[in-house]
Amino acid sequence: MTDTRTPLVEMKNVSISFGGIHAVDNASIDLYPGEVVALLGHNGAGKSTLIKILSGAYKRDGGEILINGEPAEINNPRDAKKYGIETIYQTLAVADNVDAAANLYLGRELRTPWGTLDDVAMEAKTREVMGRLNPNFQRFKEPVKALSGGQRQSVAIARAILFNARILIMDEPTAALGPQETAQVGELIKQLKKEGIGIFLISHDIHDVFDLADRVSVMKNGQVVGHARTEDVTKDEVLGMIILGKVPPKAIPGPGAMQTA
Amino acid sequence: MADITTTAQANRARSASENPVKRFFRATEIDTRLLGMIGAMLIIWIGFNILSGGLFLTPRNLWNLSVQTASVAVMATGMVLVIVTRNIDLSVGSILGFVGMSMGVLQAELLPQLLGFNHPAIWVVTLLAGILLGAAIGALHGSIIAFLNVPSFIVTLGGLLVWRGATWFVTSGRTVAPMDSTFRLMGGGTEGSIGATASWVVGILACIAIVATIINSRKQRQRFGFPQRPMWAEYFLTAVGCALVLGAIAVVNSYPWPVAIARKYADANGIAWPDGGLFIPHGIAIPVLIAIVVGIVMTFISTRLRFGRYVFAIGGNQEAAELAGIKTRWVTVKIFALMGILCAIAAAISTARLNAATNAQGELDELYTIAAAVIGGTSLGGGMGTIAGAMLGALVMQSLQSGMVLVGIDTPFQRIVVGMVLVVAVWLDTVYRARAK
Ligand SMILES: Nc1ncnc2c1ncn2[C@@H]1O[C@H](COP(=O)(O)OP(=O)(O)O)[C@@H](O)[C@H]1O
Ligand SMILES: [Mg+2]
Repeated sequence: MTDTRTPLVEMKNVSISFGGIHAVDNASIDLYPGEVVALLGHNGAGKSTLIKILSGAYKRDGGEILINGEPAEINNPRDAKKYGIETIYQTLAVADNVDAAANLYLGRELRTPWGTLDDVAMEAKTREVMGRLNPNFQRFKEPVKALSGGQRQSVAIARAILFNARILIMDEPTAALGPQETAQVGELIKQLKKEGIGIFLISHDIHDVFDLADRVSVMKNGQVVGHARTEDVTKDEVLGMIILGKVPPKAIPGPGAMQTA
Repeated sequence: MADITTTAQANRARSASENPVKRFFRATEIDTRLLGMIGAMLIIWIGFNILSGGLFLTPRNLWNLSVQTASVAVMATGMVLVIVTRNIDLSVGSILGFVGMSMGVLQAELLPQLLGFNHPAIWVVTLLAGILLGAAIGALHGSIIAFLNVPSFIVTLGGLLVWRGATWFVTSGRTVAPMDSTFRLMGGGTEGSIGATASWVVGILACIAIVATIINSRKQRQRFGFPQRPMWAEYFLTAVGCALVLGAIAVVNSYPWPVAIARKYADANGIAWPDGGLFIPHGIAIPVLIAIVVGIVMTFISTRLRFGRYVFAIGGNQEAAELAGIKTRWVTVKIFALMGILCAIAAAISTARLNAATNAQGELDELYTIAAAVIGGTSLGGGMGTIAGAMLGALVMQSLQSGMVLVGIDTPFQRIVVGMVLVVAVWLDTVYRARAK
């Protein structure tokens, strides 16, 4: 179904190594508008590293990134943001000692005509966005280190959606959350998908993401095992991909697929 | 809408159940840690006043205290930003020495040859050159720290030795004196004070500024319908702020010129010498005024500008700041360059006060500056600190120092006390942070 359109993101043959360890090895993944692609694999499979290349946190050793079919120059987080790529990192990456508004606008502060920080305007917008995401959130004046895990998570999510992202990367977004908050994130993902945003949803746990995803891409030992549409595979088959690298018939094998010959 | 009213009710319910002391601090948003420091300072002041038989709390001593505090207070404002990003600058005393010596040679030996003695431009040219030199040294340190990844502790420890050595080379160890007569005003003294009338004007302007700030922040919060401080808290803060300002002005205005200087002034201006002597108040000393302006500018930079926001964000979580797209290395370079500029301003104050540039100028100042920042609530764990706190910290350190001189404690013992106070201050910071968690 997707073949006729240009992918929103295409990462082709991307590699990176850290002192001899091939954290990501010749990996290719893609993402279309309004699509949720789950990136699955064990801890240490290279998922976070791969998407950190897309978000500009790491520089790739090889391969290319296309955005809307055009080669994209992504060398740092600022470049990625220019392409509308927003990221919720596994570590959340919030500045603990400043408040929610300062975190939402970190690096993109609103300023008055005199060049000073427009804190009230930022707080107002923050109250609006947080009100939509997490209506119970009231602690606007406190440094985020005083917040609970779920509240910090909503700050990180709010920051990612505040600037009209076209491509959203969520690295284990529900790892720190309870069941109710997890459901809330699920609702949010459906809503963003409707708005035409492409989402990479990363998890080491298939149960978290299978119902939300249109496609899955599985990684193992830094390599891509394969891709599949969720309607074409069962959870058990995907588990087989994750654990053994065994690619089911309806999936497209990648370089990391188990050699059956 | 319903949401807002229920939370407002919840807030009111919460404040009703709190005890009055807690409610007072929450409403006024007064930092209890800052208050603790003011308490400690008052104890030191009253203690020394008793021990010295009433010599400490006199206009004369307090005026001197303010002048002696100025140079370290200026540097402490920059040290806050350095420490907030989990760096340290051990070289500030040596930078002060080197820049001070360079400014000394420039104004006493080089510029007079070019422009003529006591040329009115000498002080500005000297000060600007010093500021540029300080900024360049700071930027050099910052670049090594940020781009070559050498820890700031090592870079500035090296700087401590390098710039002290370089100070010697400027004149081969010779003391340079006297300073340019206008430049000297930056050091205070009878001439370098602005007098009673101007001091009152400054005081009244400060009060107007306090009122304007409070009204403005109220208006801003009203514009977006945010919760406000209760009215009584606003009045309270305004009253305390203005009372402190006007009280300080009254003190510096009740310290008269020494008789000899007043008599010379009377003779020169054809004023008949009255029987009770001539009472000419000092008013605010120029170095103190400089320090206050530096404090205001630095507070503005650290709280109202993007740069300041980045400094604190980096201190909280450097990785998060980088991922947010902040150029953390450049911020580090800028912080150290700013620190260098402040060292140059401190050097101007200190050479002007001594009316000479010496080899030993600023020795141990790094410790007083760091101590001032830490005592003033800057956390060595990074991410936390205020400019006002650091300046108060400088005042506490200088109060201890001056008090000990006043009651006749020997220099070696003074050092022992200062050293112990520094350790205790850091220990208190650890305790405070552990409790805050
Ligand atoms: N900055 C780094 N330096 C060195 N090794 C790294 C770095 N980041 C990731 N790795 C290594 O790369 C591999 C993949 O890690 P990661 O991408 O975090 O896996 P995942 O997100 O799939 O759990 C791991 O072996 C990890 O140790
Ligand atoms: Mg990961």
